[in-house]
Amino acid sequence: MISERLRLSGISWLQLSPILLILGFFLVLPIVAIITVSFWSSTEYSYFPDFQFENYQYLFSSSVTRSVYLKTLMFTVITWASTLLIGFTVAYFLAFHVRSLYTQIGLFLLCTIPFWTSNIIRMISWIPFLGRNGIANSALIDMGVIDQPLEWLLFSDFAVILAFVHLFTLFMIVPIFNTMMRIDHSLVEAARDAGANGLQILTNIIIPLSKPGIMIGSIFVVTLVMGDFITVRFMSGGQSASVGRLISNEIGLLQYPAASASAVVLLATVLLMIAIMLRFVDIRKEL
Amino acid sequence: MSEKRPLSFYLLAFFFAVFVLFLYGPTITIAILSFQGPSGGLTFPMNGTSLHWFHNLFEQQAVGDIWGSFRRSLALGLIVMVITVVVSLMGGMAFRRRFHGSSLVFYLIITSLIIPSILISLGVGILFNVIDQDVHWATSGLGSQLTWTLPFGLLIMFAVFNRFDSRFEEAARDLGASNWQVIRHVVLPLIAPSLIGVGLFGFTLSYDEFARTLLTAGSYNTLPLEVYGMTTSVTTPVLYALGTLTTVFSFLIIGLFLGIFLWLRRRTHRATARELTTTK
Repeated sequence: MISERLRLSGISWLQLSPILLILGFFLVLPIVAIITVSFWSSTEYSYFPDFQFENYQYLFSSSVTRSVYLKTLMFTVITWASTLLIGFTVAYFLAFHVRSLYTQIGLFLLCTIPFWTSNIIRMISWIPFLGRNGIANSALIDMGVIDQPLEWLLFSDFAVILAFVHLFTLFMIVPIFNTMMRIDHSLVEAARDAGANGLQILTNIIIPLSKPGIMIGSIFVVTLVMGDFITVRFMSGGQSASVGRLISNEIGLLQYPAASASAVVLLATVLLMIAIMLRFVDIRKEL
Repeated sequence: MSEKRPLSFYLLAFFFAVFVLFLYGPTITIAILSFQGPSGGLTFPMNGTSLHWFHNLFEQQAVGDIWGSFRRSLALGLIVMVITVVVSLMGGMAFRRRFHGSSLVFYLIITSLIIPSILISLGVGILFNVIDQDVHWATSGLGSQLTWTLPFGLLIMFAVFNRFDSRFEEAARDLGASNWQVIRHVVLPLIAPSLIGVGLFGFTLSYDEFARTLLTAGSYNTLPLEVYGMTTSVTTPVLYALGTLTTVFSFLIIGLFLGIFLWLRRRTHRATARELTTTK
């Protein structure tokens, strides 16, 4: 009996060998390499093995680090709140207000298709909308709301957050919709029969039961925004900073040990945030 | 079911419509602007309409190495797709049994999904530097992209096998089918539509990926990297023409995969229905 179980375990590990090889070489070893190099020293052109904490000391003593982390946290919190609000509303509409399954699937696909198209193109698409002479400014001037074109629409923190919401709301919709579809509709009926109004049904039944989806979506959005370096660079026109951009700038300057130390701190921050989010809900139990 | 819809339905439907407009509006705008006349700019108004900017795409000097990067992206996408489908299928089958250490592997896969992309770019770059290999789209680029596509493929396979009715396999085994025959003639046909889904994720996520490939593709760019490079140097609607063409290409690929998916599913259903009627 035990040898049979061992044999089956062995088959599982054999079937997993390709993914373990790939992730071992392209995920685990790179992380090990980053952690190692974060203790190395560097000159202007090269880096060499060492064991010192200067990279970290510099990182923690620099005021730039603090402001960049604050900025990144601001992006994260605003994007998270916006995507959650929009994603929850859209998923709620699809799951509880659209009645035919085919319409549900069709509208759901409509929301997911942009996910399979190019992110960089989707960022570029905002230029004619937000530009100085773009659609938003012309419309506002025509309506008489403003006299001068707004300068803060494109290449600003506003544009960064708008692009984040545009790109990442999907990561909220899919898991929330998924958990909502598993909610037993007779619970809602029972609550209504017992005299609950729509708002009470929402806050007492649907939101608590959608929690696993909300948490999974939140983990996606938070990690995507925390680690982003391209959206911030492109949508702010290079004017705004984020932790990811800080690292990519250091890489550009070939300061690999400094970049590695920043990367280790970023990874630790992201993992800490996920750990906190997992405290609110036990995903393994809920799945 | 014919009861009157509440007011909240119309409010939510309106919200949904605005959201869809928000999703697709910018894409539609650049699609229109890519037909801008030769003297037209990056925003409205249209200065006449023309195919000028699409023609421009085919002139080597106007833009970078777009067609070379397109070919590389296509090749890389296909390689990533095949590896993702095969490896995810094997991984999905492995997780159907309880085995020692499964949660460790599960967390490794989740880590691969949520790790900030720049860590993959930086880490793989350093690793290749240490082992004294040049980064290249087909080696380091391929591996970096797999850290992004494989978790999606595996999560889909987990969902598929969670809903899989293992009585089909037991029946086949009772009828004397070997392990390989069970997989080849029972399991694979039943999950074929889902494998198409994994293939769609594998190809499109690779074709559009740039955060993990940015520092690991080497001197020959993939298409998203080429586009990313163009954003700093190109200030004409040729950028929109390229964006429109890529998006159309993505839509065609999605349509193709959805078509195959629906066709396979109908075929499976029809085959099942036929079996049921003949056994009766």
